Formats: sequence, structure tokens, C-alpha cells
Amino acid sequence: MRIDSPRYTVLFAAAVCVVCALLVAGSTVLLRERQLANQFLYLQKNVLQAAGLVPAGARIPDREVVDLFEQNVRTRLVDLRTGDYAEPAGIEPERYDQRRARGDPAQSRSAPANLAQIKRIPHLARVYLVTEGGRPGQVVIPIEGIGLYGMLYGFLALDRDTTTIRGLAFYENRETPGLGGEVDNPKWRALWPGRKAFDESWQPRIQLVKGVAGPPGQAPHHVDGLSGATITSNGVTRMLAFWLGEHGFGPYLAKVRERSGP
Amino acid sequence: MTAAAWTRTAIGAALLRPLVNNNPIALQMLGICSALAVTTKLDKALVMAISLTVVAGLSNLLVSLIRKAIPTTIRIIVQLAIVSSVVIMVDQVLKAYLYEISLELSVFVGLIITNCIVLGRTEGFAMQNPPLISFVDGIGNGLGYGLVLLAVGFIREFIGTGKLFGYTVLPTVYEGGWYVPNSMFLLAPAAFFIIAAMIWCLRTWKPEQQEKG
Repeated sequence: MRIDSPRYTVLFAAAVCVVCALLVAGSTVLLRERQLANQFLYLQKNVLQAAGLVPAGARIPDREVVDLFEQNVRTRLVDLRTGDYAEPAGIEPERYDQRRARGDPAQSRSAPANLAQIKRIPHLARVYLVTEGGRPGQVVIPIEGIGLYGMLYGFLALDRDTTTIRGLAFYENRETPGLGGEVDNPKWRALWPGRKAFDESWQPRIQLVKGVAGPPGQAPHHVDGLSGATITSNGVTRMLAFWLGEHGFGPYLAKVRERSGP
Repeated sequence: MTAAAWTRTAIGAALLRPLVNNNPIALQMLGICSALAVTTKLDKALVMAISLTVVAGLSNLLVSLIRKAIPTTIRIIVQLAIVSSVVIMVDQVLKAYLYEISLELSVFVGLIITNCIVLGRTEGFAMQNPPLISFVDGIGNGLGYGLVLLAVGFIREFIGTGKLFGYTVLPTVYEGGWYVPNSMFLLAPAAFFIIAAMIWCLRTWKPEQQEKG
């Protein structure tokens, strides 16, 4: 068969496709388990960072993350419509895929117009209860919203009083490194603990302001904005307002207060 | 000169020439777009440089192995299929072993497929040369690209944030230090200026690289 004949060309193309497909599929299948484990571990690490059990930006061994998480954190699902805990059959809270649920009409609803530009709200959301001194001491809630270039995903850790902030961690952002990307900066994150998420009438109040906000005692509802990143800063303020509000975890946090504990 | 000695010289040249004398970014003007995107931080630039080196080396090797069997009419698309497969495999390996870096880099790693350096070397070199030297040529060009990436990344991260590899070198005023970082260096146009300045210096040093006007 001549190398330039149509028949050879078609056969050759088919052979290349099959070999390439096998290589790609093989590598994906072989590495899938490790990738999922990584993803899971990465989330756990960020929950621990938000809750202050692991210092922000610290590099600690995977084994330690797993141990700390197992000993101190309990994962539960909350029905955002009612604010009650949910235990749907067949869904493990740890393995619940909130992002997929958000895109599935059967498991989510469309959000009313909001500044955070959240389009859909999942019916169920994960919360992490952190044990302190033998009882639940912190509630860690997932937050997400738009920044300058894309979605920011993170965790907000609240004290059992539901308003004192214990910590904040963003585990995914597409902001400009050095400007909006500083949401990762451990020094900026250290400004959060001790501030209050809600005002006296339990409306979400925490916000980023231009310049220096001062210590939590003087400016309980203000945090320093990120310099050079006004849009990212506004995004963080708005997503906090949304997820602490009535369409987010507001009803759940209200019930935590009524029960005086998570 | 014996055949073995000749081959050794040729392999050395294939590895080293792309570093300075025939640098893919500075002389061939390839791969500029990704050089703008991934050089805001050194760790990203380093992982990108390693990824591209692996992709260019393996793609050249694979293309060269089957170069005599590829029908000329479909050679470009065959090369692209091979390059894309290698890129996807590299991306999967990053996700499995360097998860946190892959989160930031995945979108750019995918774009290696369209990086002109890789296709430029498979089409321009591997299609005419035996496997070993093609592989070395790919590695050499990846290293040449990586060299520029690291140099640009060093300047941008250092001036833009006062850090290197994420570690504070110059404490910034935001963190209670004295250094006022120049955020302009973190934006894409700054990379253009830095690369242009590097090319200017290189061509002053080696006038034979200047193009005849």
C-alpha cells in the first residue's frame, strides 16, 4: 500500500486515534483515585485552616490533616430552605457534591436577584461542626461568589454564637496574583478572627472597607479591603452577605442560636 | 570525525542551542502568549516550564518514531493528536501529584496544545530527524522556553510582590515592612516589556540575531 494512498491515510488516522485514546483514557483511569483523594484532602485542609486548627499557609503532612479532621470535625448536611439538618438516604455528607447539586434543577432552585451574582442555590449544603472541649464549638460554612475574573470558593468559620468570626479560607480563586489573589495571604486572613458577622438585629453586616479597619474591638464589622483589588473586595463582602442572609445559611444559623449550639 | 563523535556533538547542540543562540521565545518568537500568562509567580513558571519541556520532548520522540509512516497530507493533525494526548497525560499527572499547583495551572497546561513551540518543533525538526536527537531537541527547546519564563517570573514576582517562590524577600508596606510593590508588574503588559527588554539585550550581545530591516 502506498503511503499517500487514501486507504492508507484513513487507516493510519484511525490507528493514531485509537492509540491516543488508549493513552489518554489509561492515564485518567489510573490516576483518578489519587486525584479524588487529593481533592478531598485539599478541602479538609481548608476547613481546618478556616477553623484555625491549622495555621494559614502552613505545609503539614497529609496524614496529620486526616487525623485532625477525623478527631475534630463532623460533616453534616443542612437544608437551606428550612435551616434544619438533613440526612437524605444514600448521600454521605462527606461525599456530597454541592457544585453538581447546584447545577441540577431537581436539587437546587434559582436564586433571587442578588449582588453576589449567585445564580442557583442548592437545596442541601454542607456544614462542618468543629468540636471544642467536647462539644460543637464552631460552625464552618461554605461560601462562593464572583470576584473580578471568576468564582471564589471558600469557608467561613463562625463561633457557636454564630456571629463571632473564627476564620476564613478561600480554596479556589482566579484573581490577579498579588492583588485580588491576596485573599490567600495569611496576614490578611489573620485580620478576620474576632470580628462579628451580624449586627444587633441579626442582619449580615461584615464588610471589607478601604484602608485599615483597626482591631476587632473597635471595628467589629469591618475588615481591611485588599489594596488594588476593589472588585475582589466587594465580591467578598457581597458573597458573605448572601450566604449569611435569608437565602443562604441565615435560617440555619438562626436555629443554631435558638438551640444555643449547633 | 567518527560517526559517534559527530552524533554526540549534534545532540549537545540540539540541547544547548535553544537556550541562547536559538531561543524559542527570544529568537523564534514562539510561545509568547503563555509567557505572559504564567509568569506572575515563580512556582507557576517553574511547573509550566517543566510541563512544556516534558511535552515537547515526548511529542518530538513519538512523532519522530513514526515520521516515515505519516502520510504527508494529514501530518499536522497527526502531530496535534499526539501533542494533545501527551498534554492531557501531563495534566492528569499534575492533578494527581501536585494538586494545589494544578488548580492554578490546569487552564494553561491545556493551552500547551496550542503552544507554537511544540508544534513548531515536531513539524520543523522531528519530522526530518531520528528519535533520540528529536527528543533532545524537544527538551532543549523546553529548557530555552523555561529559562525565559523563570527570568520573567523572577522579575515580576520580585518587583510586583516583593516575594520569590511565595517567600517574602522584601517585606511590603502592607505587611508592616518598607517595600512598596509595583503592581504593574503583575499585569500582562509588564511581561511584554520585560520580554522585549530581554530580546533587546540579547540582540545587542549577539548582533547576528538581529533581523535585517
